[in-house]
Amino acid sequence: MSRIMDPATEADERRVPAPGADGDGPVLALRDAAVRVGGRTLWSGVNLRVDAGEFTAVLGPNGVGKSTLVKLVLGTVPAAAGDVRVLGKPPGRANHRIGYMPQRRAFDTSMRLRGTDVVRMGLDGDHWGVPLPFPGPRRRAARARVEEVIELVGASAYAHRPIGQCSGGEQQRLLIAQALVRRPRLLLLDEPLDSLDLSHQGDVAALTGRICHREGVAVVMVAHDVNPILHHLDKVVYLAGGGSATGTPEEVITSATLTRLYGTRVEVLRASDGQLVVVGRPETTGGGHAAG
Amino acid sequence: MLPADLASPLWSWNLVADFQQMWSFPFMVNAFRAGTIVAVAAAAVGWFVVMRRQTFAAHTVSAVAFPGAAGAVLLGAGAVYGYFTLCIATALVIAAVRGRGDREESALTGTAQAFLLACGYLFIALYKGLLEGPQTILFGTFLGITDGQVTLLLCVGAAVLAILALIGRPLLFASADPQVATAHGVPVRALSVVFLVLLGAATAEAGQITGTLLVFALMVIPAATAQTLTARPAASLALAVLLGLTATWAGLAAAYYSPYPLGFFVTSFAFAGYVIALGTRALRGLRTPFAVTVPTEEAA
Repeated sequence: MSRIMDPATEADERRVPAPGADGDGPVLALRDAAVRVGGRTLWSGVNLRVDAGEFTAVLGPNGVGKSTLVKLVLGTVPAAAGDVRVLGKPPGRANHRIGYMPQRRAFDTSMRLRGTDVVRMGLDGDHWGVPLPFPGPRRRAARARVEEVIELVGASAYAHRPIGQCSGGEQQRLLIAQALVRRPRLLLLDEPLDSLDLSHQGDVAALTGRICHREGVAVVMVAHDVNPILHHLDKVVYLAGGGSATGTPEEVITSATLTRLYGTRVEVLRASDGQLVVVGRPETTGGGHAAG
Repeated sequence: MLPADLASPLWSWNLVADFQQMWSFPFMVNAFRAGTIVAVAAAAVGWFVVMRRQTFAAHTVSAVAFPGAAGAVLLGAGAVYGYFTLCIATALVIAAVRGRGDREESALTGTAQAFLLACGYLFIALYKGLLEGPQTILFGTFLGITDGQVTLLLCVGAAVLAILALIGRPLLFASADPQVATAHGVPVRALSVVFLVLLGAATAEAGQITGTLLVFALMVIPAATAQTLTARPAASLALAVLLGLTATWAGLAAAYYSPYPLGFFVTSFAFAGYVIALGTRALRGLRTPFAVTVPTEEAA
């Protein structure tokens, strides 16, 4: 209720951010950041800088706090130590410039909203009051933007169906459109490839890479398996054993780095097609699983 | 249902004449006024109840309207106040008890609901020989609605609709997609509390026409029917209101021209609409091609 009293927030949301409006500073900067949940330090000493148009993956075993890193950037979890800057501001202050896609949320089949409605919510679903019932320039602009972003993710064919009747891959595309509709400068995707079959994983990964590099949106993607996104990646943050390693995939996903992180001998093998396989990781999910 | 001295009026299929005849009685005019207000408010709130899957909360709130009304009558305060007080109080209690998940509170809610219903039964027994007593409270009536009652229903109904219009968009966002709504700065928890209060007020209104046991006739059935027919939010909300109004008006006319009770007719008309909607959707599903493409997507 307090937001309606806050003219600054309202004005910020209406303004369509031009690329580079915040100067040339990093989109996201973490310096020696640490997070504590329920009295336990999940990880500490994380350093990361993400610039516009960079694709960064957050990797690590289950339960290490990958999603918590996303929540830290959104400002819903406080930093226990270090400094976090999102578009030059403390976390939570620039959320209208962030597109966020939470972990695995499938709309069940009884959800009676169309894909376009879900995308539209990302644009102005947080505004109070009823939109004017007659067509005007603002309404036309909103519709055009929703159509444009649905076209961008290639979801036009099924955007008018109830979203509960769309397949998992179709829903993911629509949710990426929802995250993109406000022209964010930073896209936070929490395990978007989880529960998709291989061909759809490749499609969604390629789509994300295209948005990142062509539209200049910084992307931070939490991933369980690095292989589907490996070719699109610029940077990797690997969280494990309370510590972290940051760098290019070639620097981070190596036997030496992962052995140091896990504190036990880990080997990274490269298959002939370039895919990475991590062997000997203490808690592998599904034995001999791919890196990440 | 009608007092014997009104003779037995005959339905002529001349709608103008029929409505003129009904509206020549002030109690019928008040019944239509009250029914219209209640149908609109209940359908609008009910649309969000169905979207948010809060029918159990709605059921609890409507169930406690019974001890509320009975207790108020026992205290000599008038059933109307009992409806509003206990429905809104219950909504606030549910809001307070509700933790993160929706499942934990259901056992507690069920327990409290059973106890309160038992209290209502006791109040009825204590009052002894109350006119139609429990039946009116449980199954509704359209007789004896006063001008004052209509005014109160109108004020509360208008307030409910005004607040709903103000919070509607963020509330829909919070209902469909709470995590992203939170990230967009929507106060999801606060909206949930405000909505429960609206639910309490709308339930108290509807309970006075349909009775506390049949509140869902105006709250859930029109919304469920509308959402079955269309996935466009604005269209299905408008359709829910229209369906609620139609069921209420048809029910009032049927109850006037027949010896059977109002609650039965309103609920039956609304239910018939729902069955027709389900049938329509099944037929459409058979004809539209995308129903076939979905499985192939999954299998790919």
